Amino acid sequence: MTAPAARGPNPAFYALLVALIFMALGPIVLMVANSFKLNVQITSPTAGLLFTPTIQNYETALCNFLPYEPEHIRRCDKTFGRALVNSLTISLISTAITLIVGCMAAYALVRFRFMGRGVTSLTTLMVRMVPPAVLLVPVFGIWTFQFGIDGTTFGIILIYVAMNLPFVIWILQSFIVQVPIQLEEAARMDGAGPFRTFFLVVLPLIKPGLAAAAIFTFRIAWNEFLLANALADRATRTVPVTIVNSLTEYDIDWGVIMATGTLLAIPPILFTLVASRQIITGMTAGAVKG
Amino acid sequence: MLANANRLTPYLFLAPAVAVMAIALLYPIGYMVWASFLDWNPSQRIGEAEFVGLRNYANLLADAAFRESFWVTIRFAAIVVTVEMVLGVGLALLLDRELRGMTLLRTVFILPMMIAPIVVGLIWRYMYHPTVGTFNKVLDGLGLPTAPWLSDGDWAFASVVIADIWQWTPFIFILSLAALQSLPRSAMEAARIDGANGWQMIWHIKLPLMLPVLIVTALLRLIDAFKVLEVILVLTNGGPGLSTEILALRISRTASEFRELGYAAAMSNLLLILLLILTILMFGYTKLQEVRAARLVAAKEIA
Repeated sequence: MTAPAARGPNPAFYALLVALIFMALGPIVLMVANSFKLNVQITSPTAGLLFTPTIQNYETALCNFLPYEPEHIRRCDKTFGRALVNSLTISLISTAITLIVGCMAAYALVRFRFMGRGVTSLTTLMVRMVPPAVLLVPVFGIWTFQFGIDGTTFGIILIYVAMNLPFVIWILQSFIVQVPIQLEEAARMDGAGPFRTFFLVVLPLIKPGLAAAAIFTFRIAWNEFLLANALADRATRTVPVTIVNSLTEYDIDWGVIMATGTLLAIPPILFTLVASRQIITGMTAGAVKG
Repeated sequence: MLANANRLTPYLFLAPAVAVMAIALLYPIGYMVWASFLDWNPSQRIGEAEFVGLRNYANLLADAAFRESFWVTIRFAAIVVTVEMVLGVGLALLLDRELRGMTLLRTVFILPMMIAPIVVGLIWRYMYHPTVGTFNKVLDGLGLPTAPWLSDGDWAFASVVIADIWQWTPFIFILSLAALQSLPRSAMEAARIDGANGWQMIWHIKLPLMLPVLIVTALLRLIDAFKVLEVILVLTNGGPGLSTEILALRISRTASEFRELGYAAAMSNLLLILLLILTILMFGYTKLQEVRAARLVAAKEIA
């Protein structure tokens, strides 16, 4: 199995590697390919690898953003376009809030000794494990009957910020610990207050950590289904919710739904390709040291 | 630690985070504990619901469907974690070498876990489709009998397990690879000089040294396996029968389809307690490792 490097790579090793890459990427490639096919091509028993790609499915999904009217669309269903805007708004805003609030908390936990530090730290660790399914009933009840924010974008953002905070606080701590404390002391000597020190000295130094945290937070908010499904109304639905809704129908429009799935998968895939190093570092910091 | 800070400063830094978590996590959890003692449906305010004491919990014990979904959950979690650990660690051992394009390879392997579970469910639902799906098309093309991927209980369970393995083996792989690459080179060189072969290196040096990280990784994945919901919801919605109805799915259906919020809250409580035990186990173990490491460092300094 692990032949010493000196003996040179084994051809079987490369064959295995190709098979593994095929298994990891195959399903994703399949979805993207199908999103460019017409339904007759997807369901045909003889459909091969060769086909003429069409963007009809994307036109159907994104019809309300198009400046022209595609011929194949009889009636423009705005559901998906609206959901896409909702998903983007909710994910971006909740990521921004989570990062600001989370890095301040992480900084306090790393750099100060104060009463209640142990309790706060432990509670943060514990709530990190709470699954969305457990929050479903109480959050639905509280948002609907007490806060009156069910069906609003704000309601969904609030729960996403809360859900992501423990994780963000935890991985940012491991980045803040590595900032040399002398830099902060020097800033302090020069007369900067703790907030100035934090924003002007510490934050720029933990950019990789912030990038990792941002990607994880965005991804969870972007991908989440269960709570969005319980809290959103027609106008505030996110993309995962619309996908599941169109799946429960009797006759599935595979072409359009694959195009929708592809659109939902694009941002996480792009992030991964651009910042895989940060993601892997963040994952290791968040998991192994957790 | 910074010394000359105002005593209020740390609280100012913490306040927003603590406020959000208190309002949107701790309060709901307390609310849920209270709700589990009520006979409550979604058209009532919680104050109008009747207090029924421990009846929801008593009903849970007598509920055959709940017991079934409890065991489905345990079975699912145990199987996926075992298989993913074996595959992920195996992959890491295989790929822990100086390869050109290793970074790219890692990136390729983490893609499945970055994609929305809903989309993963969607892709696999297509591939498992009885007539247009990839698997049956291939089987048919090869002249083999096709399989009832999602329509037979045992097959459906295997199908959701396979989809989970596809999505989450990369998680174990990346963490194991990181652990492998941070192992002390000196121990490996020493073993190699002593003439250890590949298998001996793995069994006697690499795996034992990785063990602490592997245990934490497995526990972390186990906790996450109890949270899996969307992929199964899209693939089978718990069926056929109760064959793939994991606890998280049962909770969400009890709340939204059967409209029994108090009962769903009682189930959520049990799931939370289960996860809490696993979490405490994990932290206990991590602390133990830290104490051991600290002792080692201390021993070295004395020597």
